[in-house]
Amino acid sequence: MKHLLSVDDLDGADRIDEVMRLTDAFVEVSARTIPRVPALRGKTVAWLFYEDSTRTRLSFETAAKRLSADTMNFSVSTSSVKKGESLRDTALTVEAMGVDAIVVRHGSAGAPHRIAQWVGATVINAGDGWHEHPTQALLDTYTIRDKLGGLAGRHIAIIGDIKHSRVARSDVLAFTAMGAEVTLVAPPTLLPPSLEGWPVRVSHNLDAVLPTVDVAYLLRMQRERMTEALLPSLREYTACYGLTTRRVDLMDDKAIVMHPGPMNRGVEISAEVADLPRSVIVDQVRNGVAVRMAVLYLLLGAGTDLVAPDQEPDRS
Amino acid sequence: MAERERRITPPYGGVFVPRTRVMDADDCNRAIWRMAHEIIERNHGLDTVHLVGLQTGGVPFAEKLAGALTAIDGTEVEVGSLDVAFYRDDIGLRPVLPEAVTDIPWELDGQVVVLCDDVLFTGRTIRAALNALNDYGRPRAIQLAVMIDRGHRELPIRPDYVGKNLPTRRDEVVDVATDGVDLGEMRK
Repeated sequence: MKHLLSVDDLDGADRIDEVMRLTDAFVEVSARTIPRVPALRGKTVAWLFYEDSTRTRLSFETAAKRLSADTMNFSVSTSSVKKGESLRDTALTVEAMGVDAIVVRHGSAGAPHRIAQWVGATVINAGDGWHEHPTQALLDTYTIRDKLGGLAGRHIAIIGDIKHSRVARSDVLAFTAMGAEVTLVAPPTLLPPSLEGWPVRVSHNLDAVLPTVDVAYLLRMQRERMTEALLPSLREYTACYGLTTRRVDLMDDKAIVMHPGPMNRGVEISAEVADLPRSVIVDQVRNGVAVRMAVLYLLLGAGTDLVAPDQEPDRS
Repeated sequence: MAERERRITPPYGGVFVPRTRVMDADDCNRAIWRMAHEIIERNHGLDTVHLVGLQTGGVPFAEKLAGALTAIDGTEVEVGSLDVAFYRDDIGLRPVLPEAVTDIPWELDGQVVVLCDDVLFTGRTIRAALNALNDYGRPRAIQLAVMIDRGHRELPIRPDYVGKNLPTRRDEVVDVATDGVDLGEMRK
Protein backbone atom coordinates (compact mmCIF):
# COMPACT_ATOMS: atom_id res chain seq x y z
CA MET A 1 0.00 0.00 0.00
CA LYS A 2 1.60 3.23 -1.14
CA HIS A 3 -1.14 5.84 -0.64
CA LEU A 4 -4.12 6.24 1.65
CA LEU A 5 -6.71 8.00 -0.48
CA SER A 6 -9.81 6.05 0.47
CA VAL A 7 -10.79 3.57 3.15
CA ASP A 8 -11.02 1.12 0.25
CA ASP A 9 -7.22 1.32 -0.18
CA LEU A 10 -7.02 -0.72 3.04
CA ASP A 11 -8.87 -3.48 1.26
CA GLY A 12 -11.11 -4.79 4.00
CA ALA A 13 -11.10 -5.90 7.59
CA ASP A 14 -7.63 -7.52 7.76
CA ARG A 15 -5.73 -4.38 6.81
CA ILE A 16 -7.96 -2.20 9.02
CA ASP A 17 -7.28 -4.64 11.86
CA GLU A 18 -3.57 -4.25 11.21
CA VAL A 19 -3.92 -0.47 11.58
CA MET A 20 -5.89 -1.03 14.81
CA ARG A 21 -3.18 -3.28 16.30
CA LEU A 22 -0.50 -0.82 15.29
CA THR A 23 -2.56 1.96 16.89
CA ASP A 24 -2.59 -0.01 20.17
CA ALA A 25 1.20 0.16 20.17
CA PHE A 26 1.17 3.91 19.46
CA VAL A 27 -1.40 4.58 22.18
CA GLU A 28 1.14 3.06 24.57
CA VAL A 29 3.89 5.26 23.11
CA SER A 30 1.70 8.37 23.45
CA ALA A 31 1.05 7.65 27.13
CA ARG A 32 4.75 7.64 28.05
CA THR A 33 6.75 10.43 29.67
CA ILE A 34 8.72 10.70 26.44
CA PRO A 35 6.08 10.04 23.79
CA ARG A 36 8.47 9.71 20.89
CA VAL A 37 10.04 6.89 18.92
CA PRO A 38 12.79 7.16 16.28
CA ALA A 39 10.87 5.05 13.76
CA LEU A 40 10.63 7.64 10.94
CA ARG A 41 13.92 9.47 11.50
CA GLY A 42 15.02 11.16 8.29
CA LYS A 43 11.57 11.10 6.67
CA THR A 44 9.85 14.35 5.77
CA VAL A 45 6.10 14.85 5.75
CA ALA A 46 4.53 17.92 4.12
CA TRP A 47 1.05 19.33 4.67
CA LEU A 48 -0.86 20.65 1.69
CA PHE A 49 -4.02 22.09 3.19
CA TYR A 50 -6.34 23.94 0.83
CA GLU A 51 -9.10 24.04 3.44
CA ASP A 52 -9.22 25.20 7.03
CA SER A 53 -8.51 22.62 9.64
CA THR A 54 -7.34 22.69 13.22
CA ARG A 55 -7.64 19.23 14.63
CA THR A 56 -6.66 17.20 11.58
CA ARG A 57 -3.55 19.25 10.87
CA LEU A 58 -2.46 19.42 14.51
CA SER A 59 -3.17 15.73 14.89
CA PHE A 60 -1.08 14.80 11.84
CA GLU A 61 1.68 17.14 12.91
CA THR A 62 1.82 15.68 16.42
CA ALA A 63 1.78 12.18 14.96
CA ALA A 64 4.68 12.90 12.60
CA LYS A 65 6.73 14.52 15.36
CA ARG A 66 6.17 11.60 17.75
CA LEU A 67 7.60 9.38 15.01
CA SER A 68 10.65 11.69 14.72
CA ALA A 69 9.78 12.66 11.15
CA ASP A 70 10.49 16.18 9.91
CA THR A 71 7.48 18.23 8.96
CA MET A 72 7.00 20.91 6.36
CA ASN A 73 4.10 23.25 6.67
CA PHE A 74 2.38 24.60 3.62
CA SER A 75 -0.49 26.91 4.30
CA VAL A 76 -2.26 27.94 1.15
CA SER A 77 -3.20 31.40 2.39
CA THR A 78 0.47 32.49 2.59
CA SER A 79 1.80 30.67 -0.48
CA SER A 80 2.18 31.05 -4.22
CA VAL A 81 -1.25 29.51 -4.69
CA LYS A 82 -2.41 33.07 -4.04
CA LYS A 83 -0.39 34.03 -7.10
CA GLY A 84 -2.24 31.50 -9.22
CA GLU A 85 -0.01 28.43 -9.05
CA SER A 86 -1.81 25.28 -10.19
CA LEU A 87 -2.39 22.26 -7.96
CA ARG A 88 0.00 20.21 -10.07
CA ASP A 89 2.81 22.77 -9.93
CA THR A 90 2.39 23.21 -6.19
CA ALA A 91 2.49 19.46 -5.63
CA LEU A 92 5.58 19.04 -7.83
CA THR A 93 7.31 21.92 -6.04
CA VAL A 94 6.65 20.41 -2.64
CA GLU A 95 7.86 17.04 -3.87
CA ALA A 96 11.02 18.56 -5.31
CA MET A 97 12.01 19.62 -1.80
CA GLY A 98 12.42 15.96 -1.02
CA VAL A 99 9.37 14.94 0.92
CA ASP A 100 8.41 11.32 1.56
CA ALA A 101 4.73 11.93 2.16
CA ILE A 102 2.23 14.67 1.35
CA VAL A 103 -0.88 15.01 3.47
CA VAL A 104 -3.57 16.69 1.39
CA ARG A 105 -6.79 18.41 2.30
CA HIS A 106 -8.70 19.93 -0.57
CA GLY A 107 -12.19 21.24 -1.21
CA SER A 108 -12.59 19.18 -4.37
CA ALA A 109 -13.23 15.45 -4.39
CA GLY A 110 -10.42 13.56 -6.07
CA ALA A 111 -7.67 16.18 -5.64
CA PRO A 112 -5.47 13.76 -3.59
CA HIS A 113 -5.96 11.08 -6.29
CA ARG A 114 -4.71 13.47 -8.94
CA ILE A 115 -1.70 14.46 -6.83
CA ALA A 116 -0.91 10.77 -6.27
CA GLN A 117 -0.67 10.36 -10.05
CA TRP A 118 1.70 13.31 -10.41
CA VAL A 119 4.18 12.75 -7.60
CA GLY A 120 6.35 9.87 -6.47
CA ALA A 121 5.79 10.55 -2.78
CA THR A 122 3.18 8.85 -0.63
CA VAL A 123 -0.10 10.77 -0.58
CA ILE A 124 -2.48 10.71 2.38
CA ASN A 125 -5.99 12.06 2.00
CA ALA A 126 -6.90 14.29 4.94
CA GLY A 127 -10.30 15.12 3.49
CA ASP A 128 -11.32 15.88 -0.09
CA GLY A 129 -14.57 17.74 -0.65
CA TRP A 130 -17.64 15.65 0.07
CA HIS A 131 -15.75 12.50 -0.83
CA GLU A 132 -13.61 10.83 1.86
CA HIS A 133 -11.68 11.34 5.08
CA PRO A 134 -10.07 7.95 5.69
CA THR A 135 -8.02 8.71 8.81
CA GLN A 136 -11.14 10.05 10.54
CA ALA A 137 -12.90 6.76 9.77
CA LEU A 138 -9.94 4.81 11.17
CA LEU A 139 -9.88 6.78 14.41
CA ASP A 140 -13.66 6.36 14.73
CA THR A 141 -13.28 2.63 14.17
CA TYR A 142 -10.51 2.51 16.76
CA THR A 143 -12.57 4.47 19.31
CA ILE A 144 -15.59 2.15 18.91
CA ARG A 145 -13.36 -0.93 19.15
CA ASP A 146 -11.76 0.55 22.26
CA LYS A 147 -15.07 1.47 23.96
CA LEU A 148 -17.28 -1.44 22.88
CA GLY A 149 -14.73 -4.19 22.30
CA GLY A 150 -15.36 -4.49 18.57
CA LEU A 151 -17.59 -3.54 15.66
CA ALA A 152 -18.92 -6.89 14.45
CA GLY A 153 -22.68 -7.02 14.88
CA ARG A 154 -22.87 -3.53 16.37
CA HIS A 155 -25.54 -1.12 15.21
CA ILE A 156 -24.22 2.33 14.36
CA ALA A 157 -26.48 5.26 13.45
CA ILE A 158 -24.86 8.09 11.48
CA ILE A 159 -27.06 11.10 12.02
CA GLY A 160 -27.24 14.42 10.22
CA ASP A 161 -25.82 16.01 7.12
CA ILE A 162 -24.83 12.86 5.21
CA LYS A 163 -24.94 14.60 1.86
CA HIS A 164 -22.05 16.97 2.46
CA SER A 165 -20.10 14.67 4.75
CA ARG A 166 -16.85 13.01 3.71
CA VAL A 167 -16.68 11.58 7.22
CA ALA A 168 -19.96 9.73 6.65
CA ARG A 169 -18.72 8.16 3.42
CA SER A 170 -15.46 6.93 4.91
CA ASP A 171 -17.17 5.80 8.11
CA VAL A 172 -19.74 3.73 6.22
CA LEU A 173 -16.95 1.97 4.32
CA ALA A 174 -14.89 1.29 7.45
CA PHE A 175 -17.75 0.35 9.81
CA THR A 176 -19.38 -2.07 7.35
CA ALA A 177 -16.01 -3.60 6.43
CA MET A 178 -15.59 -4.40 10.13
CA GLY A 179 -18.99 -6.08 10.25
CA ALA A 180 -21.16 -3.36 11.80
CA GLU A 181 -24.68 -2.48 10.67
CA VAL A 182 -25.09 1.14 9.71
CA THR A 183 -28.28 3.20 9.61
CA LEU A 184 -28.21 6.67 8.12
CA VAL A 185 -30.63 9.06 9.83
CA ALA A 186 -31.29 12.36 8.08
CA PRO A 187 -33.97 14.43 6.42
CA PRO A 188 -34.33 13.47 2.71
CA THR A 189 -32.72 16.76 1.63
CA LEU A 190 -29.51 15.95 3.52
CA LEU A 191 -29.06 12.49 2.00
CA PRO A 192 -27.06 11.96 -1.20
CA PRO A 193 -29.24 11.81 -4.35
CA SER A 194 -28.59 8.10 -4.69
CA LEU A 195 -27.67 5.53 -2.08
CA GLU A 196 -27.51 2.65 -4.53
CA GLY A 197 -24.77 0.24 -3.59
CA TRP A 198 -24.36 1.63 -0.07
CA PRO A 199 -24.58 -1.23 2.43
CA VAL A 200 -26.80 0.81 4.77
CA ARG A 201 -30.36 1.30 5.94
CA VAL A 202 -31.99 4.71 5.93
CA SER A 203 -34.39 6.22 8.41
CA HIS A 204 -35.99 9.61 8.87
CA ASN A 205 -37.11 8.91 12.42
CA LEU A 206 -34.37 9.34 15.00
CA ASP A 207 -36.57 8.43 18.00
CA ALA A 208 -37.33 5.03 16.42
CA VAL A 209 -33.68 4.24 15.70
CA LEU A 210 -32.02 5.33 18.95
CA PRO A 211 -33.24 2.45 21.21
CA THR A 212 -31.41 -0.14 19.07
CA VAL A 213 -28.09 1.62 18.50
CA ASP A 214 -24.71 0.96 20.12
CA VAL A 215 -23.26 4.13 18.67
CA ALA A 216 -24.95 7.43 17.80
CA TYR A 217 -22.57 9.18 15.42
CA LEU A 218 -23.54 12.82 14.93
CA LEU A 219 -22.33 14.87 12.01
CA ARG A 220 -21.75 18.57 12.00
CA MET A 221 -24.27 20.74 10.17
CA GLN A 222 -21.97 22.05 7.46
CA ARG A 223 -23.44 25.46 6.97
CA GLU A 224 -20.49 26.54 4.81
CA ARG A 225 -21.24 23.82 2.25
CA MET A 226 -24.98 24.46 2.05
CA THR A 227 -25.54 26.48 -1.07
CA GLU A 228 -29.25 25.77 -1.45
CA ALA A 229 -32.11 25.90 1.02
CA LEU A 230 -32.05 22.33 2.29
CA LEU A 231 -33.64 22.97 5.64
CA PRO A 232 -36.53 25.20 6.74
CA SER A 233 -34.42 26.28 9.72
CA LEU A 234 -31.71 25.03 12.04
CA ARG A 235 -34.22 25.10 14.89
CA GLU A 236 -36.45 22.69 13.03
CA TYR A 237 -33.47 20.45 12.34
CA THR A 238 -32.63 20.38 16.04
CA ALA A 239 -36.23 19.55 16.91
CA CYS A 240 -36.27 16.53 14.58
CA TYR A 241 -32.65 15.30 14.53
CA GLY A 242 -30.74 16.99 17.34
CA LEU A 243 -29.44 14.71 20.11
CA THR A 244 -31.08 16.20 23.18
CA THR A 245 -31.09 14.93 26.76
CA ARG A 246 -34.58 13.50 26.18
CA ARG A 247 -33.37 11.52 23.17
CA VAL A 248 -30.22 10.27 24.92
CA ASP A 249 -32.49 8.61 27.49
CA LEU A 250 -33.91 6.46 24.69
CA MET A 251 -30.48 4.91 24.16
CA ASP A 252 -29.08 1.80 25.77
CA ASP A 253 -27.02 2.49 28.92
CA LYS A 254 -23.81 1.29 27.28
CA ALA A 255 -24.34 3.06 23.96
CA ILE A 256 -21.89 5.84 23.12
CA VAL A 257 -22.15 9.21 21.40
CA MET A 258 -19.56 10.33 18.84
CA HIS A 259 -18.92 13.45 16.80
CA PRO A 260 -16.04 14.24 14.42
CA GLY A 261 -15.87 17.86 15.58
CA PRO A 262 -16.07 20.77 15.51
CA MET A 263 -19.41 20.59 17.31
CA ASN A 264 -22.26 23.04 16.94
CA ARG A 265 -23.52 22.79 20.50
CA GLY A 266 -27.26 23.33 20.54
CA VAL A 267 -27.71 22.30 16.90
CA GLU A 268 -26.89 18.63 16.21
CA ILE A 269 -25.92 17.94 19.82
CA SER A 270 -27.11 19.67 22.98
CA ALA A 271 -24.47 21.14 25.27
CA GLU A 272 -25.35 18.75 28.13
CA VAL A 273 -25.17 15.65 25.94
CA ALA A 274 -21.74 16.62 24.63
CA ASP A 275 -20.41 16.53 28.20
CA LEU A 276 -21.97 13.21 29.26
CA PRO A 277 -19.59 10.36 30.16
CA ARG A 278 -20.98 8.37 27.23
CA SER A 279 -19.83 11.08 24.81
CA VAL A 280 -16.40 9.93 23.66
CA ILE A 281 -15.61 12.95 21.53
CA VAL A 282 -12.42 13.79 23.41
CA ASP A 283 -11.27 10.15 23.13
CA GLN A 284 -11.75 10.41 19.38
CA VAL A 285 -9.34 13.34 19.25
CA ARG A 286 -6.82 11.56 21.49
CA ASN A 287 -6.99 8.36 19.44
CA GLY A 288 -6.63 10.44 16.29
CA VAL A 289 -2.95 11.09 17.00
CA ALA A 290 -2.18 7.40 17.55
CA VAL A 291 -4.16 6.33 14.48
CA ARG A 292 -2.29 8.84 12.32
CA MET A 293 1.00 7.59 13.74
CA ALA A 294 -0.07 4.11 12.69
CA VAL A 295 -0.99 5.29 9.19
CA LEU A 296 2.25 7.24 8.73
CA TYR A 297 4.30 4.34 10.05
CA LEU A 298 2.47 1.78 7.92
CA LEU A 299 2.98 3.84 4.76
CA LEU A 300 6.52 5.13 5.38
CA GLY A 301 8.25 2.69 7.73
CA ALA A 302 6.68 -0.71 8.17
CA GLY A 303 7.73 -1.91 4.73
CA THR A 304 5.02 -4.57 4.64
CA ASP A 305 5.37 -4.84 0.86
CA LEU A 306 9.14 -4.41 0.95
CA VAL A 307 10.47 -7.92 0.70
CA ALA A 308 9.31 -10.15 -2.09
CA PRO A 309 8.98 -13.66 -0.65
CA ASP A 310 11.84 -15.11 -2.70
CA GLN A 311 14.43 -12.40 -2.32
CA GLU A 312 17.25 -13.35 -0.02
CA PRO A 313 18.92 -10.34 1.58
CA ASP A 314 21.51 -11.05 4.24
CA ARG A 315 19.97 -11.55 7.65
CA SER A 316 21.36 -9.20 10.22
CA MET B 1 10.27 -19.38 17.37
CA ALA B 2 9.19 -15.78 17.32
CA GLU B 3 6.79 -15.09 14.49
CA ARG B 4 8.87 -12.10 13.43
CA GLU B 5 11.98 -14.26 13.19
CA ARG B 6 10.07 -16.70 11.03
CA ARG B 7 8.98 -13.96 8.64
CA ILE B 8 12.37 -12.35 8.16
CA THR B 9 14.58 -15.42 8.07
CA PRO B 10 15.21 -16.64 4.56
CA PRO B 11 13.77 -18.45 2.78
CA TYR B 12 10.71 -16.35 3.61
CA GLY B 13 7.60 -18.30 4.38
CA GLY B 14 9.69 -21.39 5.05
CA VAL B 15 9.27 -23.77 7.95
CA PHE B 16 11.77 -24.51 10.67
CA VAL B 17 13.35 -27.95 10.30
CA PRO B 18 15.16 -29.02 13.49
CA ARG B 19 18.42 -30.93 13.10
CA THR B 20 19.92 -31.25 16.56
CA ARG B 21 18.31 -31.05 19.98
CA VAL B 22 20.64 -28.76 21.91
CA MET B 23 18.88 -28.65 25.27
CA ASP B 24 15.87 -30.58 26.53
CA ALA B 25 13.29 -29.24 28.97
CA ASP B 26 15.33 -30.30 32.02
CA ASP B 27 18.49 -28.68 30.66
CA CYS B 28 16.55 -25.46 30.15
CA ASN B 29 15.22 -25.58 33.70
CA ARG B 30 18.66 -26.14 35.17
CA ALA B 31 20.04 -23.24 33.15
CA ILE B 32 17.21 -20.98 34.31
CA TRP B 33 17.80 -21.89 37.96
CA ARG B 34 21.50 -21.24 37.62
CA MET B 35 20.88 -17.86 35.97
CA ALA B 36 18.37 -16.98 38.71
CA HIS B 37 21.03 -17.69 41.35
CA GLU B 38 23.53 -15.57 39.42
CA ILE B 39 21.09 -12.65 39.21
CA ILE B 40 20.49 -12.74 42.97
CA GLU B 41 24.20 -13.07 43.72
CA ARG B 42 25.23 -10.27 41.42
CA ASN B 43 22.56 -7.85 42.69
CA HIS B 44 22.82 -8.83 46.38
CA GLY B 45 19.14 -9.72 46.45
CA LEU B 46 16.23 -8.62 44.34
CA ASP B 47 15.29 -5.29 45.94
CA THR B 48 15.30 -3.10 42.85
CA VAL B 49 15.42 -5.83 40.19
CA HIS B 50 12.82 -5.90 37.40
CA LEU B 51 12.72 -8.25 34.45
CA VAL B 52 11.83 -7.03 30.97
CA GLY B 53 11.22 -9.68 28.31
CA LEU B 54 11.73 -8.77 24.68
CA GLN B 55 8.73 -9.54 22.47
CA THR B 56 8.07 -12.20 21.64
CA GLY B 57 10.54 -14.95 22.54
CA GLY B 58 11.97 -13.17 25.58
CA VAL B 59 8.65 -12.88 27.40
CA PRO B 60 8.08 -16.55 28.34
CA PHE B 61 11.79 -16.77 29.21
CA ALA B 62 11.48 -13.74 31.52
CA GLU B 63 8.44 -15.27 33.19
CA LYS B 64 10.24 -18.56 33.86
CA LEU B 65 13.20 -16.67 35.22
CA ALA B 66 10.91 -14.64 37.49
CA GLY B 67 9.30 -17.85 38.76
CA ALA B 68 12.72 -19.25 39.66
CA LEU B 69 13.80 -15.97 41.31
CA THR B 70 10.68 -15.91 43.47
CA ALA B 71 11.07 -19.56 44.42
CA ILE B 72 14.69 -19.01 45.51
CA ASP B 73 14.45 -15.64 47.21
CA GLY B 74 10.81 -15.42 48.25
CA THR B 75 10.47 -11.93 46.73
CA GLU B 76 7.97 -11.19 43.97
CA VAL B 77 9.78 -9.98 40.84
CA GLU B 78 7.84 -7.89 38.36
CA VAL B 79 7.97 -8.84 34.69
CA GLY B 80 7.41 -6.32 31.91
CA SER B 81 7.57 -6.74 28.17
CA LEU B 82 9.14 -4.58 25.53
CA ASP B 83 8.61 -4.49 21.78
CA VAL B 84 11.52 -2.75 20.08
CA ALA B 85 10.05 -2.53 16.56
CA PHE B 86 10.00 1.29 16.45
CA TYR B 87 13.63 1.45 17.59
CA ARG B 88 15.09 -1.03 15.11
CA ASP B 89 17.81 0.07 12.72
CA ASP B 90 16.43 -1.98 9.82
CA ILE B 91 13.21 0.02 9.38
CA GLY B 92 12.92 0.63 5.66
CA LEU B 93 15.13 -2.36 4.85
CA ARG B 94 12.68 -5.12 5.72
CA PRO B 95 9.17 -5.40 7.14
CA VAL B 96 9.15 -4.14 10.73
CA LEU B 97 5.89 -4.33 12.66
CA PRO B 98 5.42 -4.66 16.42
CA GLU B 99 4.15 -8.03 17.63
CA ALA B 100 2.62 -6.72 20.84
CA VAL B 101 2.13 -3.62 22.94
CA THR B 102 4.97 -2.77 25.30
CA ASP B 103 4.07 -3.14 28.97
CA ILE B 104 6.41 -1.48 31.46
CA PRO B 105 4.09 -0.32 34.25
CA TRP B 106 6.71 0.95 36.70
CA GLU B 107 9.14 3.84 37.03
CA LEU B 108 12.56 2.71 35.87
CA ASP B 109 14.58 5.51 37.48
CA GLY B 110 17.15 4.04 39.87
CA GLN B 111 16.03 0.44 39.25
CA VAL B 112 17.98 -2.53 37.91
CA VAL B 113 16.51 -3.89 34.70
CA VAL B 114 17.38 -7.37 33.51
CA LEU B 115 16.58 -7.58 29.79
CA CYS B 116 15.61 -11.11 28.85
CA ASP B 117 15.70 -12.62 25.37
CA ASP B 118 15.68 -16.15 24.07
CA VAL B 119 18.49 -15.89 21.50
CA LEU B 120 21.35 -13.38 21.32
CA PHE B 121 22.63 -13.10 17.74
CA THR B 122 23.80 -9.86 16.09
CA GLY B 123 22.99 -7.71 19.12
CA ARG B 124 20.91 -5.29 17.08
CA THR B 125 17.68 -6.07 18.93
CA ILE B 126 19.45 -5.39 22.24
CA ARG B 127 20.79 -2.09 20.90
CA ALA B 128 17.21 -1.12 20.01
CA ALA B 129 16.02 -2.24 23.45
CA LEU B 130 18.64 -0.08 25.21
CA ASN B 131 17.44 2.97 23.29
CA ALA B 132 13.81 2.14 24.02
CA LEU B 133 14.43 1.74 27.77
CA ASN B 134 16.03 5.17 27.73
CA ASP B 135 12.64 6.64 26.81
CA TYR B 136 11.01 4.98 29.83
CA GLY B 137 13.45 6.31 32.40
CA ARG B 138 17.02 6.05 33.64
CA PRO B 139 17.67 2.67 35.23
CA ARG B 140 20.59 2.38 37.65
CA ALA B 141 21.83 -0.58 35.63
CA ILE B 142 20.70 -2.69 32.69
CA GLN B 143 21.80 -6.31 32.56
CA LEU B 144 21.21 -8.88 29.86
CA ALA B 145 20.05 -12.48 30.28
CA VAL B 146 19.73 -14.79 27.28
CA MET B 147 18.88 -18.46 26.94
CA ILE B 148 21.19 -18.99 23.97
CA ASP B 149 24.19 -16.94 22.84
CA ARG B 150 24.79 -18.06 19.27
CA GLY B 151 27.59 -15.58 18.40
CA HIS B 152 27.93 -13.48 15.21
CA ARG B 153 27.75 -10.16 17.07
CA GLU B 154 27.74 -7.00 14.96
CA LEU B 155 27.77 -4.57 17.89
CA PRO B 156 29.83 -4.37 21.10
CA ILE B 157 27.20 -6.07 23.26
CA ARG B 158 27.68 -9.00 25.62
CA PRO B 159 25.27 -10.88 27.91
CA ASP B 160 25.58 -10.97 31.71
CA TYR B 161 23.73 -14.28 32.14
CA VAL B 162 23.82 -17.03 29.53
CA GLY B 163 21.86 -20.29 29.44
CA LYS B 164 24.15 -21.86 26.88
CA ASN B 165 26.84 -20.70 24.47
CA LEU B 166 26.06 -22.31 21.15
CA PRO B 167 28.45 -21.92 18.20
CA THR B 168 26.39 -21.69 14.99
CA ARG B 169 26.67 -21.00 11.32
CA ARG B 170 25.08 -17.76 10.19
CA ASP B 171 22.46 -19.49 8.10
CA GLU B 172 21.36 -21.82 10.88
CA VAL B 173 18.33 -21.08 13.04
CA VAL B 174 17.97 -21.58 16.79
CA ASP B 175 14.49 -22.37 18.06
CA VAL B 176 13.79 -21.89 21.77
CA ALA B 177 10.49 -23.55 22.66
CA THR B 178 8.87 -24.56 25.96
CA ASP B 179 10.09 -28.15 25.68
CA GLY B 180 13.69 -27.38 24.73
CA VAL B 181 16.10 -25.81 22.28
CA ASP B 182 16.69 -27.00 18.72
CA LEU B 183 19.28 -26.10 16.12
CA GLY B 184 18.16 -26.38 12.52
CA GLU B 185 17.35 -24.37 9.45
CA MET B 186 14.52 -22.79 7.51
CA ARG B 187 13.34 -24.79 4.51
CA LYS B 188 10.65 -24.25 1.95
